[in-house]
Amino acid sequence: MSGAHSILPLTLREVRFAAGGRSIIDGISAEIAAGPTTIILGANGAGKSVLMRLMHGLLRPTSGEIAWREQGAERVRRGQAMVFQRPVMLRRSALANILYALELARVPAAERERQAMEALREVGLVDVADRPARVLSGGEQQRLALARAWALHPAVLFLDEPTANLDPGATREIENVIKAFDASGTKIVMSTHNLGQARRLGDEVLFIHQGRLVERAAVDTFFRQPASAEAAAFVKGELPWT
Amino acid sequence: MDLMRFFLALSLCFSFSIEAQQRFITVASTTSTEQSGLFRHLLPIFEQKTGIQVRVVALGTGQSLDMGKRGDADVVFVHAKPLEKKFVAEGYGVQRFEVMYNDFVLVGPKSDPAKVGGSKDIVAALQKVKAAQAPFASRGDKSGTHFAELELWKAAAIDIAKDKGPWYRDTGSGMGPMLNTAAGMNAYALTDRGTWLSFKNRGDLVISVQGDRRLFNQYGVILVNPAKHPHIKKEMGQAFVDWVISPDGQKAIAEYKIGGEQLFFPNAKR
Amino acid sequence: MSTLGEAVRGAIGLMAAGDPMLGGIVALSLAVSLSAVLLAALLGLPLGAAIAVGRFPGRRALIVLLNALMGLPPVVVGLLVYLLLSRAGPLGEMGLLFTPPAMVIAQTILVLPIIAALCRQSVEDAWVEYEEQLRSLGADGLRAALTLVWDIRFSLVTAVLAGLGRALAEVGAVIIVGGNIDGVTRVMTTTIALETSKGDLPLALSLGFILIALVIVLNAAAHLIKEAAQRRYG
Repeated sequence: MSGAHSILPLTLREVRFAAGGRSIIDGISAEIAAGPTTIILGANGAGKSVLMRLMHGLLRPTSGEIAWREQGAERVRRGQAMVFQRPVMLRRSALANILYALELARVPAAERERQAMEALREVGLVDVADRPARVLSGGEQQRLALARAWALHPAVLFLDEPTANLDPGATREIENVIKAFDASGTKIVMSTHNLGQARRLGDEVLFIHQGRLVERAAVDTFFRQPASAEAAAFVKGELPWT
Repeated sequence: MDLMRFFLALSLCFSFSIEAQQRFITVASTTSTEQSGLFRHLLPIFEQKTGIQVRVVALGTGQSLDMGKRGDADVVFVHAKPLEKKFVAEGYGVQRFEVMYNDFVLVGPKSDPAKVGGSKDIVAALQKVKAAQAPFASRGDKSGTHFAELELWKAAAIDIAKDKGPWYRDTGSGMGPMLNTAAGMNAYALTDRGTWLSFKNRGDLVISVQGDRRLFNQYGVILVNPAKHPHIKKEMGQAFVDWVISPDGQKAIAEYKIGGEQLFFPNAKR
Repeated sequence: MSTLGEAVRGAIGLMAAGDPMLGGIVALSLAVSLSAVLLAALLGLPLGAAIAVGRFPGRRALIVLLNALMGLPPVVVGLLVYLLLSRAGPLGEMGLLFTPPAMVIAQTILVLPIIAALCRQSVEDAWVEYEEQLRSLGADGLRAALTLVWDIRFSLVTAVLAGLGRALAEVGAVIIVGGNIDGVTRVMTTTIALETSKGDLPLALSLGFILIALVIVLNAAAHLIKEAAQRRYG
C-alpha cells in the first residue's frame, strides 16, 4: 500500500483552529510517522473530529502548518482515505459506489470492476455487490465504506469513530478489516472513545484535551501509567465533558 | 389522444425552419373578425385554391396595425378607415382596398333604463344613455370598435373623455371579454353584429339600437409594404389581397351565415 | 352552477368524442410545455446544483434573485420575448415569432428559475450530508454537484413537476409570442381564453377540466415513479 514514495510523515506545527469565535484546536504540534496504528483519544468535544479533518484536509487551520512529506497536492490527496462515523453511500449498488471512487481516482475503466470486486471480497461483501448500498445494514454499509477506502490503496487511512453507531458484532467485523488494512501496510489514524478498541487496535495514543495534545505514549504505557492528570482521569472514566 | 399528433407537435417545437416547410402568410386582423368565425369559413377556401396557409393573429386594430409597422405580419385586415389611411400614407402599407362591411349594434339590458330600445337613431340613443347615466361598457383598447364608439360620442356632441362618469366602464379589453363584462353588469355596449350573433353569454342583453347608417363598419385589407420590410411575403400576401376582393372571395364572404343570417356584406370596388 | 355540471359533462363528452382538433390542441400544449421543461431542466439543474455547492461572492444575492424569479409574470416574459423575436427586434431574422419554438422559448424562460431554485435548495440540503465524504474521495465543485443531482434525482422530480405545472397552466406568455393562431399555435390555455372571450363558458370550462385532469395524471405518475424508486434505491 504505502510504497517507496510515501506521503508520510505528516507534520503538524502549532496548528490552531477556531470557528464561531471559539477556539477548538489550540496549538497542536506532532509528527505522524508511518508504521504504528495511531489512536486519537479524548472526551467528547475535545477536538478529535476537527483534528482528523484538519489532517485529512477537509478543514483549513486558522494558523499553523500541516505538511506532508510529498509536496504534490494530487499525490497527497490520493494517498489518503477517510471513513466517517456515519457511512455516506450514493443511491447506487454497493459495487457502483466503489466504482465511483475508483473513477474519481482515475483508475482506468478496464481495471475498475476487478479492483472493486477485490475490495468487496476483502471485506466479505461480494454477495451484496449488486444490492442498493443504502438498503444495507449499518454494519454492512460501514464495511462497504472500508471496502471503498481499500480499493483506493491509500497510504493513510483516517477513521473517525467508525464503530460508534454499531453493535458489538458489527464492531468486531470492522475491527478485523482495520487490522487487515494495517497488515497490508496502510497507516491507520483512528479516533475513538472506546477504550477497549484503542487497546485492541492501537500502537500509540495521542490524547487530546480541550484542543491541546496533552499526552502521547505507547498504548500499554498510556493505559497503565498515564503521565498527565487529565489522561489518568479519562482512563478511569472520570473526565468530565469538556 | 393520438401519440402521432404529439410527436408531430414535438418536432414542430424544435424545428426552426418552419418557413421552409410550409407556404403561409401572417395576417393581422381583429378579434371581432376572428371571433365571428369568418376566417374559419373563408381561409380553407383560399388555401384550397392557392395552397397558401393563412395564419391569422387576432388582436385589436391598433395592435394589428402596429404589427404591420413592425413587419410581423404580411397583410393587415382591420376596420378603422382613418387609421388605415394613415398607415398607408406613412408608407407602412402598399394600398388600401375596401373589402366588406358589417354593422355595429347597440346592445343593452332588457329592462332598458335609458329607454332606447327599438330606436334607429344611435346618436340620440347615446345622448339618452348619458342622460340616464345608465351603465355603458366600452372596449377602451384602441380597436376599430373603440374608435367607432368614440366617433359616435363625438357625433352626439358629447366629449366623452371629459363627461364620463362612473356609469361609463372602460374595460380595456377585446370584444368578447367586454361583452362578458357588459352582460355581467347589465350595461349598454357597442358591438359588431358578427360577434353578437356568435356570442353565447348574453345574460339579459338584447339588441337595443340597429340600422343607423352611422353604425356601418367598413373593413379594409392592406398589404404591408415590402419596401419597409423586405422579408414580407409579398407575392403570397398580394394573392390573398387579390382574392379577397375578387368575385370569388366576395362571394365566399357573402355566403358566411350564422343561424341563416348573413354577417358581412362584400363591397369591394370593381 | 348548472354551468359547472354542463362543463363536466362537456369535458367527458369532448374527450370521449376524440375530436381531432381537440387532440391537436392537447398535443401541442404537451409538446410545447414538455419541451420547455426539458430545456429548462438541462440548463437549470446544473445551474442550481452549482450555486448550491459553490462558494463565491454575491452567492446569497444570487439565491435571493433566483427565488424571486420564480414569480416572473408570464405576460411580462411574453412581451419581452415578443420584442426580442419581432421582425423589428434583434432576433427578428430567425422568423420565430408566432411559431411553437417561440412559445417554447418563452416557457423555458419562465420555468428555468423554478427548476434552478428548487434544485438549489434540494442539493444544498443533500450537500450537508454528502459534502465531507465526496470531498474526501476527491469530488469537488461541479463534479460533486452533478453527482448529487443524479443521486437525488427522484426528489428533483418535484422541482421538474412544479415547472411543468407552471408551463401547462400559463397563458400570458404563449398568447403573446404564439398569437393563438388556429391550428398552429393554439394550446389549451389560449383556447380556454378564446372561448371565454367568445362567451362560450361551458366549452371553456370543459377544456379547463381536461387541462386539470391532465395535470393530475402527470403528477400522479411522477409520484408513483418517485415512490417506487425510493423503495428500490433507499
